[in-house]
Amino acid sequence: MSYLLIFISAIFVNNIILSQFLGICPFFGVSKKISTAAGMGFAVMFVMTLSTIVTFLIYYTFLQPYNLIFMMTVTFILVIATLVQMVEIILKKVSPALYQALGIFLPLITTNCAVLGIAILTIQKNYNLLAGVCYALASATGFTLAIVIFAGIRERLAYTNVPKVLQGTPIALISAGLLSMAFMGFAGIGN
Amino acid sequence: MLTMYLMQVNKMNKESYMNLTRGIIKENPTFVMLLGMCPTLGVTTSASNGLGMGLATLFVLVFSNFAISLVKNLIPTMVRIPAYIVIIASIVTVLEMLMAAYLPQIHSALGIFIPLIVVNCIILGRAEAFASKHGIRQSILDGIGMGIGFTIGLTSLGIVREILGNGSVFGYSFVTENYDPMLLFIMPPGAFLALAGLIVLFNKLRGEK
Repeated sequence: MSYLLIFISAIFVNNIILSQFLGICPFFGVSKKISTAAGMGFAVMFVMTLSTIVTFLIYYTFLQPYNLIFMMTVTFILVIATLVQMVEIILKKVSPALYQALGIFLPLITTNCAVLGIAILTIQKNYNLLAGVCYALASATGFTLAIVIFAGIRERLAYTNVPKVLQGTPIALISAGLLSMAFMGFAGIGN
Repeated sequence: MLTMYLMQVNKMNKESYMNLTRGIIKENPTFVMLLGMCPTLGVTTSASNGLGMGLATLFVLVFSNFAISLVKNLIPTMVRIPAYIVIIASIVTVLEMLMAAYLPQIHSALGIFIPLIVVNCIILGRAEAFASKHGIRQSILDGIGMGIGFTIGLTSLGIVREILGNGSVFGYSFVTENYDPMLLFIMPPGAFLALAGLIVLFNKLRGEK
């Protein structure tokens, strides 16, 4: 039951983008078309789940027993950077089709603060491994949901007549604000 | 001879001045380049949080630009990005420990966004675009300029959100008790809306110059 709660809370109530503000750069950067947004979403899902498992194991087998908790940020970012590179190489060899689809997004993910953020939050929330995986998967699902919806809005926005002062970034920000307001309607679920 | 020397100095000062001011208006990270959006939107629920985050980023930016321009010739090009990230992460770790020790209140208010300075695009962006190509002095100036630009952006966003959402500035309330502030601006949607408004304002002001 609590795993279901983690899922619902991370996807809707505390959406990683719209209420926690992690991963805003790709949210605005690669949300001009639904297909690229979905590709980015799946790449994040893959990397985030994997990196949370690896950083979790490293934290509890090395950092905590040897009192190296202060090295957390340095270790985690290195692990994530290495992992992304490794996933890229393996995908290229094993599944060229998937690499074609996700390939261009992978290097961008290293500096996606959502990945590092979720890895650190999993530790801070004292989750066990299974709950951590659920949390990472759910957060990434929330990311994908938000970015795909937002890309849908922006595709429509491209054909509308926006006042000149608001063109470009401001109207994108306002749409994101409205989307965030819509997600506020989920607040209270799970309490 | 003397005039040539003076011209040289003048040129150098001009360059320094350009590098210092570039980040404040022309390439302001918050309003123009839209870099480091996560902390920009995430922590600016009050003016003091915005200021704290801005200064923390300024600190990291200056030291990382300094360190990277210092070692730029020692790092092989192939592995420069991981090397930069390690340098930046170490500086962030130092900052985090200092803040936890001396500014525990701001440290807990900024929370997860302090370790996330590591993945702030401004820091790595300036390392790659500026510090890896320029000397130590100019890199420090660039770091200070960009840091000030970011601090101005975050603080003004924090001030706007705090005034609208809480009726106060830097914690000093200026409204009567039965005044109802627009709570929305402290909540997540308000961050997007306030930033949109500020960008419009900034573009207007910049365009008229």
